[in-house]
Amino acid sequence: MMDNAGTYLYAVTRDEGSALPEGLKGVAGEGVRAITHAGLVAYVSTVPLDRFGEEPLRRSMEDLDWLGETARAHHRVVEAVARTTPTAPVRLVTVYSGEDQIRELLDRRHDDFAETLGRIADRQEWGVKAYVDPAAPPPAETGEESASSPGLAYLKKRQASLRSREESWRQAAASGEHIHDVLKSVAVASQRHRPQDPQLSGRAEWMILNGAYLVDLDRGAEFARVVDGLRGEGIDVELTGPWAPYSFAAFAETPERQGGGTGDDT
Amino acid sequence: MTEPGSVMRQSNAPAGRLSSHEPANLGDILERVLDRGIVIAGDIRVNLLDIELLTIKLRLIIASVDTAREMGIDWWEHDPWLKGQDQELREENRRLRRRLAAAEEGAALPRGPTAEVEYVDEPTAEVDEHDG
Repeated sequence: MMDNAGTYLYAVTRDEGSALPEGLKGVAGEGVRAITHAGLVAYVSTVPLDRFGEEPLRRSMEDLDWLGETARAHHRVVEAVARTTPTAPVRLVTVYSGEDQIRELLDRRHDDFAETLGRIADRQEWGVKAYVDPAAPPPAETGEESASSPGLAYLKKRQASLRSREESWRQAAASGEHIHDVLKSVAVASQRHRPQDPQLSGRAEWMILNGAYLVDLDRGAEFARVVDGLRGEGIDVELTGPWAPYSFAAFAETPERQGGGTGDDT
Repeated sequence: MTEPGSVMRQSNAPAGRLSSHEPANLGDILERVLDRGIVIAGDIRVNLLDIELLTIKLRLIIASVDTAREMGIDWWEHDPWLKGQDQELREENRRLRRRLAAAEEGAALPRGPTAEVEYVDEPTAEVDEHDG
């Protein structure tokens, strides 16, 4: 392989003879191909190292447009593959020197991949985010404008609003816990992720839950119904997916890493 | 508030394997491809996983952390895996601070003896991005 090219790895599946989706393009617009080895299939494409080498990436990763485009391309490949067979997604910008290295990887980590793929087979990841609108339950101010002075009235009002904000927070956090617990009971494994920033979520409300749930294929509809049932009373619950099992595909590597992707709180 | 249902990508359709889709939200995609999925260490040609991605990740989530903590959502602070990642950040932070200290010292005392400032393990509060 040319010196200035690398091999970008998207995902790994078992070799079940499923065909590579026709005309699938990956990052940098390159065609995706499959490397079959040791009973596994690695989905890869060639990338120019003048853009996907370590130095260029240091810069381009800072460029959110580039990052967004690359992330979408990566995700597109993972999804296309996951539509046909259980798929272990690999993290963004995992670049090897060449195909030989990938074959070597499939040999060396064969058991890890097999274990992971076994765990996620016939299951899907669903994302659930719950939001509370902090403005929703307006503090019960019953028009008590009778305070002795405007200043005092202001202070009282301010105090009440601080108290109610604190109370709202407590309730919001408790709702998040509750929703997570309910969803966990329908899932095989679950993970709570950090709440997203409004810039990322695109919503101004408080995100009280950002969860991922690994659910048996035949319980997907049930899971969606449970999600539906959790909406109401100033709480919005957003369901996304099904996703390839991004949150549940990590290798159970060293003990301290185990919480990373194996459904730590199930 | 969005009307319920409009955000669902798949309704109660029987779950075929990944059978939806309107395109997923970029934030959700970024979160997944940057923060999850299999990490293969060791032999990769390009390894940005340790520092760069973490920085971006932090930048993406940072502003929500304080609110979340105030709300009592702070479980990740006890998550050993995330702790492990913080460790790397902390390392990086320490290195940078050392360099900064050295640079400042260099600027202030152009020719002074280089007593490198040692930052020994401060158990917490090194990752200031977190603690605001």
